[in-house]
Amino acid sequence: MSESSNHRDKCEVSLTVNGEPKTVRVYPMERLLDVLRHELGLTGSKEGCGEGECGSCSVLMNGQLVNSCLIPALQVAGANLTTIEGVAEGPQLSALQAAFLEAGGAQCGICTPGMILSASHLLHKKPNPTLDDIREGLSGNLCRCTGYMQIFDAVMRAARRGNSA
Amino acid sequence: MTAENIIGKSVPRKEGRDKVTGAARYIDDMSLPGMLYGATVRSQIPRGVIKKISFDPQFDWSDFVTVTAKDIPGKNCIALIGDDQPCLAEGMVNHPEEPILLLAHANPRLVRKAVDAVLIEYEPLPPVFTIEESERCSHVIWGADNIFKTFLIAKGDLDGIWSKADYIVEGEYFTGAQEQLYIENNGVIAAFDAEQGITLWGSLQCPYYIHKALMALCGLPEDKVRVVQMETGGAFGGKEDYPSIIAGHASLLAMKAGRPVKIIYDRLEDMTATTKRHPSRTRHRTAVGKDGKILGGEIDFTIDGGAYATLSSVVLSRGTIHAGGPYYWPSVRILSKAVATSTPPHGAFRGFGAPQSLFAMERHMDRIAQAVGLSPVEIRRRNFLQPSQSTTTEQTIREEIDLGKLLDRALELSDYTAKKARFAQENIASPIKKGIGIAAFLHGAGFTGSGERYLASVVGVEGCADGGVSVLASSTEFGQGTNTVLCQIAAEALNLPYEDVRITQPDTNQVPNSGPTVASRTAMIVGNLVRSAALGIRQTLIAEGILGASYSPAEFRAACRKHMSEHGELRSFARYQAPEGVFWDDQKYRGEAYAAFGWAVYVAEVAVDLSTYSARVEDFVALQEVGRVLHPVLAQGQIAGGVAQGIGFALYEKVVWQNGRMQNGQMTNYIMPTSADLPQIRVFFEEMGNIHGAYGAKGIGELPMDGPAPAIVNAIEDALGTRFDSIPLLPEDIFEAVSAAGER
Repeated sequence: MSESSNHRDKCEVSLTVNGEPKTVRVYPMERLLDVLRHELGLTGSKEGCGEGECGSCSVLMNGQLVNSCLIPALQVAGANLTTIEGVAEGPQLSALQAAFLEAGGAQCGICTPGMILSASHLLHKKPNPTLDDIREGLSGNLCRCTGYMQIFDAVMRAARRGNSA
Repeated sequence: MTAENIIGKSVPRKEGRDKVTGAARYIDDMSLPGMLYGATVRSQIPRGVIKKISFDPQFDWSDFVTVTAKDIPGKNCIALIGDDQPCLAEGMVNHPEEPILLLAHANPRLVRKAVDAVLIEYEPLPPVFTIEESERCSHVIWGADNIFKTFLIAKGDLDGIWSKADYIVEGEYFTGAQEQLYIENNGVIAAFDAEQGITLWGSLQCPYYIHKALMALCGLPEDKVRVVQMETGGAFGGKEDYPSIIAGHASLLAMKAGRPVKIIYDRLEDMTATTKRHPSRTRHRTAVGKDGKILGGEIDFTIDGGAYATLSSVVLSRGTIHAGGPYYWPSVRILSKAVATSTPPHGAFRGFGAPQSLFAMERHMDRIAQAVGLSPVEIRRRNFLQPSQSTTTEQTIREEIDLGKLLDRALELSDYTAKKARFAQENIASPIKKGIGIAAFLHGAGFTGSGERYLASVVGVEGCADGGVSVLASSTEFGQGTNTVLCQIAAEALNLPYEDVRITQPDTNQVPNSGPTVASRTAMIVGNLVRSAALGIRQTLIAEGILGASYSPAEFRAACRKHMSEHGELRSFARYQAPEGVFWDDQKYRGEAYAAFGWAVYVAEVAVDLSTYSARVEDFVALQEVGRVLHPVLAQGQIAGGVAQGIGFALYEKVVWQNGRMQNGQMTNYIMPTSADLPQIRVFFEEMGNIHGAYGAKGIGELPMDGPAPAIVNAIEDALGTRFDSIPLLPEDIFEAVSAAGER
């Protein structure tokens, strides 16, 4: 949480999260990550470093991949957000989620939400990525468990099935 | 899915669905009503006497809970092996970031500000920062001589060897500290009430280590301490010993506050204050015959333990036993020691001392090859341990291992011979120098020597109301696949579908002590106990006459339900029993060091760009023999992940120290490999049964950490012809060595 958040009053911010309209009362400089986790109870987005290096807090904001630990609350007014909680359709896993499960793309799981959103963003831009596209596209999301090989495999499988969500 | 195809099948990870949907609950996803947030005031200096603690009078201290060493109800120590590490410094600090005082408040922002408003005055004492300074003993900072522990392994008549040697090859090798860098930082929540005592939830590897530490610290009996593991976002050894400290802190605050307390470290605190891999120095002096065969040698292995003993003695033990590599030594003397320095204590990290001593051994083999005039392949082939030969601790190899065959297959998979010749040609005219290097190694599975006998682990399996079963063990899941593999084993033993077997969340009120989740012991040791406990359930149902000797899953479920409805519970426990005829002498460090070894040959291909001096791994072949592969996807994931950490250890991850404190404690300046940095890591298995493990499995988790660094540095030396004896090798280190070599 930003230091400056103490010095101003809370304000109302309206946004759309996973298709649902939400209004929250937050400090203007509060981190989007904290708004998601504490105000909206969406704890799937994780904090790994708090400075935009690890990508564990990645979410989609108006279709763009962002590190939610770097986005102040005020900036999301009117935005359309997708978090990991909005990726599956009810009980049905998305093709990417299913592929991560099959291929061993998730080990400890802490980077997985961010990694899946990052991969989803990549597949929207490049539905048929090469291995190099995947390496490059996921390079902002650190994983300490897998050595990335099974994550690449998962993204390839999802791409072959032609479903980028 | 029926039983006969559960072992060896890549069934879905038990908790996998929750992990890919974001539903998995990690410690920071949990909160309790009335919960406070805790923070730690830490030492700003490496060593000194605490003269005064004062609280900034400008700061509003109302509603803060404060804990110092005086508030500790039990013993002020982190109970582990020795009890030398205080939970909170009392009178004296021995390393930077040592915890001195604890604060808690309902507002997490305020508690962090309050840390800076506590003023501590010190009288500094002279610190010690390196192995060499510690050895000189000009300042004694621990015990009588700065030495935590020494070991001596002596085999054969070494003194008579030197005069017979055709070559005497010497070398000195160094490895640096390495941060575990799990993506989830350390964190816990503690709650206290007089009735139930302490309940501690956290991100952790070893619930019963914490249970023991909290009993001692809080002065509570066994039944008044409960430890529950939450989903854990990576550990790699980094959550073996440290969680006892943060758990102690949260518990002390919760006891004083009478409210639950959460402590979650941020990245900087986690990196600067918690454990890392022990830095090491290894000296080799080896007598070699003209045929390249090792006649004998001396190995001096020394690790930097930091300010307190913690786990250093056991890290040293494993490093010492692995120091001779997968080779036959007719005679050897291995002297090792762990020394004290004024840095935060170093601790467990995947491999646990073996990556350090094996780096030295595998670099030294290339050095011996050069001295004798043999290839790196041939020198290894001539010295490999064979079945019925003995290791440095005189453990006879009973496994039918054929390391020569493993080597041949690795050479073939990596196209070693053709590439080596081609690179030598192409390097002449190219500013990008390529090289290829080998490492051969072994890794002992399970606790060393008599360790498993002392642990005497227990596992249970219980019937569930729906007719399925649940595994009861304190073995934790932190990515490796514990949940999945233990359920596979129970399913196979009971001839049940995988879906009918679940695993109980590790909670010391619910599960027996199956030992710590360390030392590559879970699949092999705990897995075997799961199998025994599961068979006990079957026997019970058969003996009652409600299940036939051969049965369908539906019949089992019906029998289990019937038993449950009549008796309320169905439980079976199994306790570890050491195999017969296993001999280990703790005094002489001689005998059966491990129940089984994993064996491996890794081949790394590197390219060094002489315009940037950066080295890049371009291909990596990891071939290993780990017994039966229980779950191919998990096993591949373990190996690829370990290799990636090994590549980081060799080329990327450098801890920058200043006055005993890590200066680059952020992900922006401590660099681990990203997806763009790594080659294809090609993973292969040879399968050979193991008599000790469940369904023939041996340990796998730590093995892949041992080989990458020496294979890579051997490849860099092959590319550049420059000698490298130290890791990590960042571009500036390569530049320096190449420039120095040019000047000679």
